[in-house]
Amino acid sequence: MTNKPATRGPAVTFALLAAATLLFAGCRQDMHDAPRYEAYEASTSFADGRASRTAPVGTVARGWLRDDEALYTGKVAGQTVEQFPFAITHADLQRGQQRFNIYCTPCHGQLGDGNGMVVQRGLRQAASYHQDRLRQEKVGYFYDVITNGFGAMQGYAEQVPVRDRWLIVAYLRALQLSQHAPVSDVPADRRAELDAAPAATERH
Amino acid sequence: MSQVFPKSANAWSKASVLAIVFVLLSVGWMVLTIQRSDYVTTANQFIEQPVQFSHQHHSGGIGIDCRYCHTSVEVSPSAGIPPTKTCINCHSQIWATSPYLEPVRASFRDDKPLKWVKVHDLPDFVYFNHGIHVTKGVGCETCHGRVDKMPLMIQKVSLQMEWCLDCHRDPSRYVRPRDQVTTMGYQPAMAQAELGPRLVKEYKIAGLEHMTSCSVCHR
Repeated sequence: MTNKPATRGPAVTFALLAAATLLFAGCRQDMHDAPRYEAYEASTSFADGRASRTAPVGTVARGWLRDDEALYTGKVAGQTVEQFPFAITHADLQRGQQRFNIYCTPCHGQLGDGNGMVVQRGLRQAASYHQDRLRQEKVGYFYDVITNGFGAMQGYAEQVPVRDRWLIVAYLRALQLSQHAPVSDVPADRRAELDAAPAATERH
Repeated sequence: MSQVFPKSANAWSKASVLAIVFVLLSVGWMVLTIQRSDYVTTANQFIEQPVQFSHQHHSGGIGIDCRYCHTSVEVSPSAGIPPTKTCINCHSQIWATSPYLEPVRASFRDDKPLKWVKVHDLPDFVYFNHGIHVTKGVGCETCHGRVDKMPLMIQKVSLQMEWCLDCHRDPSRYVRPRDQVTTMGYQPAMAQAELGPRLVKEYKIAGLEHMTSCSVCHR
């Protein structure tokens, strides 16, 4: 019996250690927050406090040389291009529609009539695509406006990549066509649908 | 010499054996509960931001698509925090003189970033990529909750490993069609038990062994 306390000693120590391990597990955050920068993290190393650096002015990153003037500016030698710089497929049009609905509808509306939600909330009236001036404009013009903005509209170069901008232009053309077509373009057997009540639209 | 312990001590000593087990289990339960609590996971806590931006207003009220601001969510690990310029797209005219938005205008004027506080912060030993989740049909709502009903952004889930694994073990319970990824309040067009497995196959979502492999997330 005399040696009992001796054996109990380590057992108690072990129990206490186990409890302490459980209690304090997760208290150390070293590996949760490693000494590296996450996207957008602040940094004390730079005067502007940003860890994410922008390329110095006048430099071009490898693979980012934009020497295809028509593709990147919508112009050739200062003249607005009339043709898309690449062939537009049906899938392209669908993506164009999706991108249009994300980036353009807030102001221009799903119909492209310039009555989007943000306009309804007070932004200056956005242009309707269904006016003669814009029906006559070349595709390069729309690309240029998306890229650099126009009037109250800011440029969307940071938000929409180059290819998507062209796809939006392609969809915009389809939209113009859809709102400026004679009834005779609609197949005779489906004309009745034009007079039918519109189905409830699903909001995305 | 009389007995030190009364006879009833026999019962007490037997009961104490049970009590020790009970206490140990309770402590274990307590630790696990605390570990999962909002206090530890920082879920459901409002965080003060430089501008109290309302997703409810912008996403729910006006119906702006998530990707209008979070432009890189489909192609990059980070969903993308919009530059102040994106705010200015509309707020050059709307609420243009509101004192509430002065930090936004100051940021744009002086080219100094707004210091947003990260709400969903994963530990650095976890690799996470928004792009792969979104392109495989995981909706924004699945992890971020009804953002269109949040006046202030909060983390709705624990972001703990068991939460990640819950989906990684069987994503068919959560995936939705790609064109519904940013939809808030999504309702599957058919039974999820039928749609899910079909989408998992169509989007070529990897099997259990790969999806629960340690190195998928800890790389």
